[in-house]
Amino acid sequence: MTKNDETLRAPSRRGFLKSGIAIGGALAAAPLAARAAAAEGDPAILEKKDWNQYLGDGVDARPYGHPSEFEADVVRRNVAWLTADPVSSVNFTPLHQLDGIITPNGLCFERHHAGIAEVDPAEHRLMINGLVDRELVFTMQDLMRFPRENRVYFLECAANSGMEWRGAQLNGCQFTHGMIHNVMYTGVPLKYLLEEAGLKTNAKWLLPEGADAAGMTRSVPLQKALDDCLVAFKMNGEALRPEQGYPIRLAVPGWEGNMWVKWLRRIEVGDEPWHHREETSKYTDLMANGKARRFTWEMDVKSVITNPSPQAPILHDKGFTVLTGLAWSGRGSITRVDVSLDGGRNWRPARIDGPSFDKSAHRFYYEFDWDGSPLLLQSRAIDSEGIVQPTKDALRAVRGTNSIYHNNGIQTWHVKSGGEVENVEVS
Amino acid sequence: MSKSLKLTSLLAAAAIGVTTAQAGEKFGIGREATKDEVAAWDIDVRPDGTGLPDGSGTVADGEEIFAERCAVCHGDFGEGVDRWPVLAGGQDTLSSDRPVKTIGSYWPYLSTVYDYINRAMPFGEAQSLTPDEVYAITAYLLYMNDVVTDDEFELSKENFTDIHLPNEENFFEDPRPDTATLKDGEPCMSGCKEKVEITMRARVLDVTPDTEDDESGAGSID
Repeated sequence: MTKNDETLRAPSRRGFLKSGIAIGGALAAAPLAARAAAAEGDPAILEKKDWNQYLGDGVDARPYGHPSEFEADVVRRNVAWLTADPVSSVNFTPLHQLDGIITPNGLCFERHHAGIAEVDPAEHRLMINGLVDRELVFTMQDLMRFPRENRVYFLECAANSGMEWRGAQLNGCQFTHGMIHNVMYTGVPLKYLLEEAGLKTNAKWLLPEGADAAGMTRSVPLQKALDDCLVAFKMNGEALRPEQGYPIRLAVPGWEGNMWVKWLRRIEVGDEPWHHREETSKYTDLMANGKARRFTWEMDVKSVITNPSPQAPILHDKGFTVLTGLAWSGRGSITRVDVSLDGGRNWRPARIDGPSFDKSAHRFYYEFDWDGSPLLLQSRAIDSEGIVQPTKDALRAVRGTNSIYHNNGIQTWHVKSGGEVENVEVS
Repeated sequence: MSKSLKLTSLLAAAAIGVTTAQAGEKFGIGREATKDEVAAWDIDVRPDGTGLPDGSGTVADGEEIFAERCAVCHGDFGEGVDRWPVLAGGQDTLSSDRPVKTIGSYWPYLSTVYDYINRAMPFGEAQSLTPDEVYAITAYLLYMNDVVTDDEFELSKENFTDIHLPNEENFFEDPRPDTATLKDGEPCMSGCKEKVEITMRARVLDVTPDTEDDESGAGSID
């Protein structure tokens, strides 16, 4: 790494002190005659940089651009001990390094059950069969001829925050809350495809199925399909990424991510649910009494402070600072986010900034003057249905600790006087 | 009809697509699926037995196939190797502190066992089993879970829906919202608790992936 690279890196408190000492030392040791020693100030200003003097890459160097090399740590990460195998597994969106509401495509968390299917769109088909007047097959070209809609939705894994049911476990919002992404989908309303096939009067349920080796299936009530489901082929303006279901996936707005079947190849219409593996063995929520909820589809109102957070400590001394985070609800939009600096004793309203769409992430900010003392940060979202984000204890009082899915409890971050941040639970 | 006129009428159909669904407005896109195409992809099975193919298999056959195709991950008796899923046992653990959720202890329907093995197993070689092999493996899983006790038992399309798994009745529909809403009153804004104490720390558990900097979680910008 060159010296220039070093000065460009995000300054840590320690790094800043170190470079301060280095500058002081260099100045003291420099010969009096040296011109450089005469200039006082920040070397970032005083020294010429390569990019001031020399030519950069031409427009033909990066046909599909990448982030700056200095953003190399902004990546999806996994937690190896969570699953038996990285193929049927999950990774996490680096929420602490993002802002706004749109997740860049390359950072959207992944969840596969049989790895990434690399599907050739020329060989991909979508079949609709079952209780329809005409069982149909569509090519990708066919699907492109239907009227399209553009919608911004969050997709949250049902298991997001699932490792935290028993207490504070993973140190970073990437790991505790990063099984979520929020992108603009372009797609065909599923109702157009179903109308094309013609629904029989006894049609009540759908079974979307993926083309991957997991053959992912879920039972979806017809009402939801006719309401707002999309067969999506674009995310944030470009084709879906392979890991997000290229060439098509189902969007089931507001509902648990497992139902957003990727590499969608078939939709069966039926009169009863199928009770397949992903809605019996998995994605059912075990209560303390040994009975289990099934078909827990909606993702309830939830929020998290992304900065400061364990992976994003406060790097400056006391003074004005920006707290920010995300809030979302599968039942509508976010009408309000409250923030507490003292573990839930006192709350103040945060400022929601940016677009507010139904079943989409919302960005909130709370700016304040940090006096350098320890904080217990919390955020509490309220959605357009009037549902208030509960504490983890309120959830546990109803559900126990073994339901795995649907943990939308309030997160607490402990900011220490040095600016370090830890995932904690409070009384 | 000119190309542009046709386009206009298509767009008009789209604009009113929702309201005229019953009138049968269609875009005329796609083609009819053949019977063979539907049969090739439609392999799903429901609890009432809809979708089961002809065939049968015994516990003894299943034991042999399981040893060859499944035991490397799931263990000879479905006990699970390393972190691979446990398929048998765990009865009466669902209300305990550490539930063991298996086919025998948790799954509601046998149809799910058949369907899932048939569509997705063995992991890495899905859809390589014949109907008779899937019936046999399913029979062996019933035996390992003490749902059938006769090692001569033969599972078939004909007797399939006679079998009921022990936990079938213990699932219920989503009762949410099950926590406070604004109907219960405005949430507290000030003086909500006497005092606050830290009761648990992630740092103590220390299971977050490490980077070169041991002081922070992976992905740290510090």
